Amino acid sequence: MPLTPAITTHDIAHDEPQDYLWTLNFGPQHPATHTTLRLVLKLDGERVVEAMPDIGYLHSGFEKIGESLNFNQYVTVTDRMNYISPMANNVAWHGAVERLLGLELPSRCQYIRTIICELARISDHLLCNGAVGLDTGAFTFFMYAFNQREAIYDIFETLCGARFTNSYTRVGGLMYDITPLVVEKIRKFCKEFPKTLDDMERLLNRNRIFVDRTKGVGVLSKAEATNRSATGPIARASGVTRDLRKDDPYLAYKDFDFKVCCATSGDCFARYLVRMSEMRESLRIVEQAIENIPAGPVNVAVGERTALPTKRQVYSTIEGTITHFELSMANRGFETPNEESYFAIEAPNGELGFYVVGDGTDVAYRARCRPPSYIHFSLFPYLIRGHTLSDIVAVLGSLNIIAAELDR
Amino acid sequence: MANQATVDLIHLVSSGAKVSEYAGQTRVVVPADVLFVVMERLKKQRGFDLLVDVTCVDYLHYRDATDRFGLVYLLASTESNERLTVRVFLNEPDLVVPSVVALWAGADWFERETWDMFGVTFSGHPDHRRILMPDDFTAFPLRKDYPLQGRGERHNFPVLGRAES
Repeated sequence: MPLTPAITTHDIAHDEPQDYLWTLNFGPQHPATHTTLRLVLKLDGERVVEAMPDIGYLHSGFEKIGESLNFNQYVTVTDRMNYISPMANNVAWHGAVERLLGLELPSRCQYIRTIICELARISDHLLCNGAVGLDTGAFTFFMYAFNQREAIYDIFETLCGARFTNSYTRVGGLMYDITPLVVEKIRKFCKEFPKTLDDMERLLNRNRIFVDRTKGVGVLSKAEATNRSATGPIARASGVTRDLRKDDPYLAYKDFDFKVCCATSGDCFARYLVRMSEMRESLRIVEQAIENIPAGPVNVAVGERTALPTKRQVYSTIEGTITHFELSMANRGFETPNEESYFAIEAPNGELGFYVVGDGTDVAYRARCRPPSYIHFSLFPYLIRGHTLSDIVAVLGSLNIIAAELDR
Repeated sequence: MANQATVDLIHLVSSGAKVSEYAGQTRVVVPADVLFVVMERLKKQRGFDLLVDVTCVDYLHYRDATDRFGLVYLLASTESNERLTVRVFLNEPDLVVPSVVALWAGADWFERETWDMFGVTFSGHPDHRRILMPDDFTAFPLRKDYPLQGRGERHNFPVLGRAES
């Protein structure tokens, strides 16, 4: 299909013949895009004059599916949005549902959700930085990162049985409580991970090739970052100090001592540095949280009628039996108010929010996802203009575009 | 929770704006014709410098709904962390609102997606095209009268050979 150039990028006058400009198709299947997205590039020699993104190759109607699956079923779809950190998506989705229902989570559940969110952040940043390293020629760095990602996958597998698509949260609670074995594995990870992180920083922070390829490339100013709706590490690398964990504390974040990592230069190297230091801060949160998990139930009380009661409650109390029956029957389920609300978390990639409209049933009337990858990819034509073809992979990598979340 | 000064400002621009609150979030409903003025004043005078999201809800089958479409603009301030939801209700055949790309460049893709999924036109948008669906797609998939499994577009998709591509 013909791709008309965006008028926002009006650097070239289209009525003039531009014989010296090359048109290059980049993607949708290309090893350096990592995911399925397409760029049509106008090149002047090796310089990118204009980049026209063409997306939608992975559009699978997630928001439409959200209007026919109930709140607990839809969590499996959120896994497949940003599949690099599915735990964060699960927490965001059920956080939005719980805000709509007006549920207050038990503190044990809040702590466990905080821990898995931070582990997901470490896992996401490892992949993102690892991929930037891989694309700019640092293969060893990528292997270091993936080795630690395996450790996090092992933790998630022990926690909920799934390595990749976790679907760990439930409305008003979690699928399983945390076990001593998981705590042991997380402690082991907390002990071993800083060593790898040090190694990784020693490999790249002063690596001449890497620094030359990322410093001063894809610069995003602070004003432009806010104007173009950038959030998360990308905005923080440009000097925007916004972090929802501090500014709009959700879950148990107000109990922990951690810093918001920012940089001012706004280039690919700054984004790399912000992600590296955020991993250290995330690890600090995990270390504090894992030693202070409060005792008590993980799910909300039986009276709320949203989370499945334990088997003990089902077999020994009448409320438990009734709740189990009500929630398991296809024509029952729980009730939602005729209201709408928005809830956002600081996902590894930026602000991940869900706008949920309730219509009385346990199926969302509308489940809008505010995907950070989508907004960050719209920055790409602006960031790449004037850089060389080889800088595309550095900029694309540092924006951490996950096409499944981009297209939904 | 939005500041009282923000609510006062909206009332100043549009006296008929309805303000409501749910789960700690303030929502204001403004008429479509004053939307741009309200947004401009919110950005310039109240410091809402971040457009978090633009989306739409189709209220076709919604209980007690009087309007067909409800646009949602989620605003935030990076300085004061104030949040505000601005709603605009639209009915067919008049599905046109002014684009806010002139105020926030980030609105570009949000508005394109809303057009793509719901068929709401944003007048003054610099690049008003479909974004996720193919350019030759005729329906608006997130409308409630569009079936979940589609209308057969998936099976009747034109397949391009190597020669025509």
